Amino acid sequence: MQSRTGFKLLAATAATLAAFAVTPAAAEQVVKLGFAAPLTGPQSHYGEDMKNGLTLALEEANAQKIQLDGKTAKFELISRDDQADPRTAVQVAQQIVDEGVQGVLGHFNSGTTIPASSVYHDAGLPQIAMATSPEYTEQGFNTTFRMMTSDTQQGAAAGEFIVKDLGGKNIALIDDRTAYGQGLTDQVAKAVEAHGGTIVAREYTTDKANDFTAILTNIKAKNPDVVFFGGLDAQSGPMRRQMVTLGIEAPLVSGEMTRSETFLKLAGDAAEGTYASLAGVPLQQMAAGTKFEEAYKARFNTNPGVYAPYAYDGAWNMVMAMKEAGSSKPEAYLPKLASLQRSGATSESIAYDEKGDLKEISVTIYQVKGGKWEMVKTMVSQAN
Amino acid sequence: MEILLQQLINGVTVGSVYALVALGYTMVYGIIGLINFAHGDVVMIGAMVATTLVVTFVGGNPGAVSAWVVVIGALLVAMPVCMALGWTAERFAYRPLRRAPRLAALITAIGISIIIQNVAMMVWGRNYLSFPHIIEPVVYQFSGARISVLQIIIIVAAAAIMGALMLIVHRTRLGTAMRATSQNREVAGLMGVNINTVISAAFVIGSLLAAVAGVMVAAYYGVAQYTMGFILGLKAFTAAVLGGIGNLPGAMLGGLLLGVIESLGAGYIGDLTNGFFGSHYQDVFSFIVLILVLVFRPSGLLGERVGDRA
Amino acid sequence: MSTLASVRTPVPPRVWLGIVLVGAVLAILPFLLGMVGQSWIRTLNFALIYVMLALGLNVVVGFAGLLDLGYIAFYGVGAYVWAMLASPHFGLHLPFWVILPLGFVLAAIAGALLGAPCLKLRGDYLAIVTLGFGEIVRIFLNNLDAPVNITNGPQGINRIDTFRVGEFAFGRTQELFGFRITGPEKYYYLLLFLTIVIVVICARLQHSRIGRAWEAIREDEIAAKAMGINTRNIKLLAFAMGASFGGIAGCMFASMQGFVSPESFSLTESIAVLCMVVLGGMGNIPGVILGALLLSVFPELLRAVVVPLQQTLFGDVILDPEGIRMLLFGFALVLVMIFRPEGLWPSALRRRELRAAKEGA
Repeated sequence: MQSRTGFKLLAATAATLAAFAVTPAAAEQVVKLGFAAPLTGPQSHYGEDMKNGLTLALEEANAQKIQLDGKTAKFELISRDDQADPRTAVQVAQQIVDEGVQGVLGHFNSGTTIPASSVYHDAGLPQIAMATSPEYTEQGFNTTFRMMTSDTQQGAAAGEFIVKDLGGKNIALIDDRTAYGQGLTDQVAKAVEAHGGTIVAREYTTDKANDFTAILTNIKAKNPDVVFFGGLDAQSGPMRRQMVTLGIEAPLVSGEMTRSETFLKLAGDAAEGTYASLAGVPLQQMAAGTKFEEAYKARFNTNPGVYAPYAYDGAWNMVMAMKEAGSSKPEAYLPKLASLQRSGATSESIAYDEKGDLKEISVTIYQVKGGKWEMVKTMVSQAN
Repeated sequence: MEILLQQLINGVTVGSVYALVALGYTMVYGIIGLINFAHGDVVMIGAMVATTLVVTFVGGNPGAVSAWVVVIGALLVAMPVCMALGWTAERFAYRPLRRAPRLAALITAIGISIIIQNVAMMVWGRNYLSFPHIIEPVVYQFSGARISVLQIIIIVAAAAIMGALMLIVHRTRLGTAMRATSQNREVAGLMGVNINTVISAAFVIGSLLAAVAGVMVAAYYGVAQYTMGFILGLKAFTAAVLGGIGNLPGAMLGGLLLGVIESLGAGYIGDLTNGFFGSHYQDVFSFIVLILVLVFRPSGLLGERVGDRA
Repeated sequence: MSTLASVRTPVPPRVWLGIVLVGAVLAILPFLLGMVGQSWIRTLNFALIYVMLALGLNVVVGFAGLLDLGYIAFYGVGAYVWAMLASPHFGLHLPFWVILPLGFVLAAIAGALLGAPCLKLRGDYLAIVTLGFGEIVRIFLNNLDAPVNITNGPQGINRIDTFRVGEFAFGRTQELFGFRITGPEKYYYLLLFLTIVIVVICARLQHSRIGRAWEAIREDEIAAKAMGINTRNIKLLAFAMGASFGGIAGCMFASMQGFVSPESFSLTESIAVLCMVVLGGMGNIPGVILGALLLSVFPELLRAVVVPLQQTLFGDVILDPEGIRMLLFGFALVLVMIFRPEGLWPSALRRRELRAAKEGA
C-alpha cells in the first residue's frame, strides 16, 4: 500500500515536469476475475500451469489499457486453491463471489467445476472453466463456458483415430476411476465400437496408484493392438514403463493430461511411440500460438504446460467480451461472450454454441518421437 | 499359466516393499503400542532424498558413473536422513506421550505426518520428481513370464534385510532388550534395560528400513512426490495387521501376502466374477481378505492368541 | 463420578442467562457474518455439519471407546440416499420427511452391519477393519455405475433437490417479511435446529442406562460383561446410533451442496473428524462441539489472515498460504496432544483419569 501511493506521487511529479503536454491518465478501475484450481496436492502442477496462462493474459490486457465503463481497466486475478475437492470448491466459490468478481476463470477439474458452477450461476457470473465433463454444460445454465473441448468431443476423435488410423481391431481400455478419466474412456469406448473395433479388456486403476503390473499382465494376455488410458500423467508415465518391462508391444494412447513434459520425464525411454490427443491445433501452427509460447517462456522461465494456452485464450475471451460490451458488468458482457468470435493461440475460430461448448471441435493427435511430442494428425471430431 | 506366474512375480516384488515398511510399523507397535501414521512419510522422504541425489549426480551425463554406485550412494545418504527423522519424531513428539491414551499418540502421529508432508512440499515443490532411468532395463524371461533385474534386486535385498533384522532381534543384546520391552516394559526396565534407548532404536531401525523401501519404490516406479507416502503407509499397515501386529515374521508374511493378493485380485477378479466385479474393486478385494482373516483369527495370521481385553 | 449427577440440582440463574445470551448470538449470527461475506455463512454451515459428524463419532469413540476410522462411510450413505431419492438421477423427488428418516435408518443399519464383524476385535485391529469398511463403501460408491447405474460412479450426482418444506425451498434466496434472506442463511437455521436435536439426544443417551453401559464397556469390557451387560448389543447400538447421526449430516450435505461425488468421502475426511473429536475432548459433548468448530473454521480464518499479513509484512506472498495452513494444522495437533492429551475441553472424569495416569506409576 505504501509503495503504491509513493509511486503515484512520483508519477504525478514526473508528469508535471514533462516538457510536452501529457493527457491526464484516465481514471483506473480494478476489474476482479476469480480463479480456482488445485494449487496444492498431486494435481497442483496443472493448477499452476493454468494460473500462469491466465496471469500472462491479464498482464497483457493491462498493458493494453482497455477502456471499460469509461475507465482504464486493471485486471486482477483473485486466486484460490480448491484442492480438487468438491466441498472446498463450493466454499472457495462463495468466497470468490464475495470478493466482488465480475467473472470467473475456473475451475480445473470437472468434480469441482460442476458444484461451483451453481454458486456462480446464482450470482449471475459468467464462468469459463477447463472442465471437460459433458455434464458441466448440460445443466442449462447460461453462464457456463468451456476453455477446451469436452470429453465427448475428444473421446470421439481419439476413438476414431485408434480404429481408423492405427488400424486397431482389438483395443484394451484403462481408466483411473475419476470423473475425467472415466468420462473420457467411456467416450473412446463408444467411438471405437462405432467404428468397428472390439474392446477386449476394460481395466481400472486409481489416480493415486503407481503399480499397474497386475492389470497390464491381464491386458497382455488378451493381446490388444492398442491400449488406451484415460487419466493423469502421474499414472500414464509409470504405466508406460511397466508396459515395456512386461513386454506389451501395443502402443499407448491417452488423453491431453498425458501430453505433457511430466509424462516424458516419468516414462523416460519407454515414452517413445506413445500417442496423446489434445484439443485444438498445435501452437506452432498458429501465429498467435508461437507468440504465446515465447511470451510464456520469457515470463515464467519454463515451457508452457498442456493447459496454459487454453487458459490464456479463455481469459482473453472474457476480456474481449468485456471490451465489445464496453463494460465489465456481467449482464452487459455475458451476451457478447455467448456470441463471441475471435482468433486466439489455440484456434483461429473461437466461438461458443448455445450450451457454452466450443463450436470448433478439432482435436490433434500427437506422438512421442525422439523424446518430444510431435504432431501426427488434426481431426475434426465427429461428436455433436 | 504364465499369467499366474507373472502376477506372482509382480505381487512378490510389491509385497517385499510392503514387508519392509510393515516391519517398521510392527516394531514400533510391538514396543509402545503406537500406530505410527508418519512412517509412510518417512519412506517418502527417503525416496525424495534419493531421487534428488541421483538426479544431481547423474543429471547431465548418464553412464558417466556406474548406476549402482549412484544408487548405493543415494541410499547411504537417504538412510541417515530417515533415521534422524525417525529419532527426532520419537524424542520430541512421542516420548512425552508414553503415558497418554493411545488415541492421543495416534493423533500426534497424524500431526507429524502432515508436518513431514508439507515440509516436503515446500522443499521439493509439488511436481512429480522423476528417478532417472539409469538402471538397465534388462529383463529375463522364463516360462513366458518376465522378471526384470530391478525386481530381482528388490526381492533379494528385502529378504536379506529381513534376515538381518531377525538376526539382530534374536541374537544380539539390543534385540533381546527389544523383545523384553515389548513383552513387559516395566519389568524390562527393572532388569536394567534402558527403555528410552530401546524405543529409540526401534524407531531408528524402522526408519532405516523405510529409507531402503523408499529408494526401492523410487527406482522401481521411477516417480516420487510428496503425497506418495500416505497410501503406501496405509497398505503396509494393513499388511502388518494382517500378519499380526507386533509380530516381526507376521509383518513380513503379511507384506508378501498382501502384495500377492493385490496382484492376483486385480488380475483375476474380472474373470472370477464374470465381469461383474472388475479391477476397480481390487482394493476392496484386499480389504475383504483382511476382514475375513481378522474375523476368523482376530489377532492376525501369526499374532498371539490374546484373550478378550478391553 | 459424573454419573452420580442423577440427583438434579436446580440450574442457577447465571446459567440461564448464559444460555439466553448464547441463544441470542446464535440467532443473529448469520446476519452478522453476512455483512463480512456470504462465504462465512457457508463456512459456518459446514462447521455445523462437522459438529453433527463429530457428535456421531463421539458416540462410537468417546462414549463406547471403539476406535472407528471408517466413520465417513455413513456420511456417504446418508448423502447418497438423499441424492438418489431427490434428483434427476432416478427421476425421484421424494419429500424430506420420507428421505430423512430413511437416511437415518439406512445409516443405522449400515453402522450395525459394519460393527457386527468387529465385535471381537481389539482396539487397533478394530481401527484398521473399520478403515477398511470405510474404503470399501467409498469404492462401491465410486464403481456402482455398471452394469446397473446406481450411484453414477465418479461423475457423481448433480442437480440434487434442495431441502423443501412445502413451497418453502431452502436453497433459494427469498424475500421474507421485507428481509432478503439467502439460501445459506436459511440452511443455517435448519442445521442449527438439527444440531441442537442431536446434542439433546446425545446428552440424554450419555446419562441414560445405555450411556452408562457404554462407559462401562469403555473402561473394562470383561467387568461389564460380568455385571450382566450385553456387550454385543450395546456395541452394535453404539455403531448404529453414531452412524445414524452421520447419515443425517450426509443428507443435509447433499441437499445443501446440490452435488455429491465419492471424492468427498475419503479416509482423509474420517481422520479429520476423528481429530475433531479427540482434540476437542473425547466423550465430552461441549468439547467435541468446540473441536469441530475450531478445526473446520480454523483453515478458513488462517487463509483470510495469512495472505494479508504477509502482504503487509513482506509486500508479497512468500510462503504459500496453503502449505503453511496445513503445516500449522499439523503443529497444532502435535502440540495440543503433547501438552493436553485429554483434549481442549475434557470432561472432569477424563482429566482425572489422565492426570492420575501421568503422575502415577
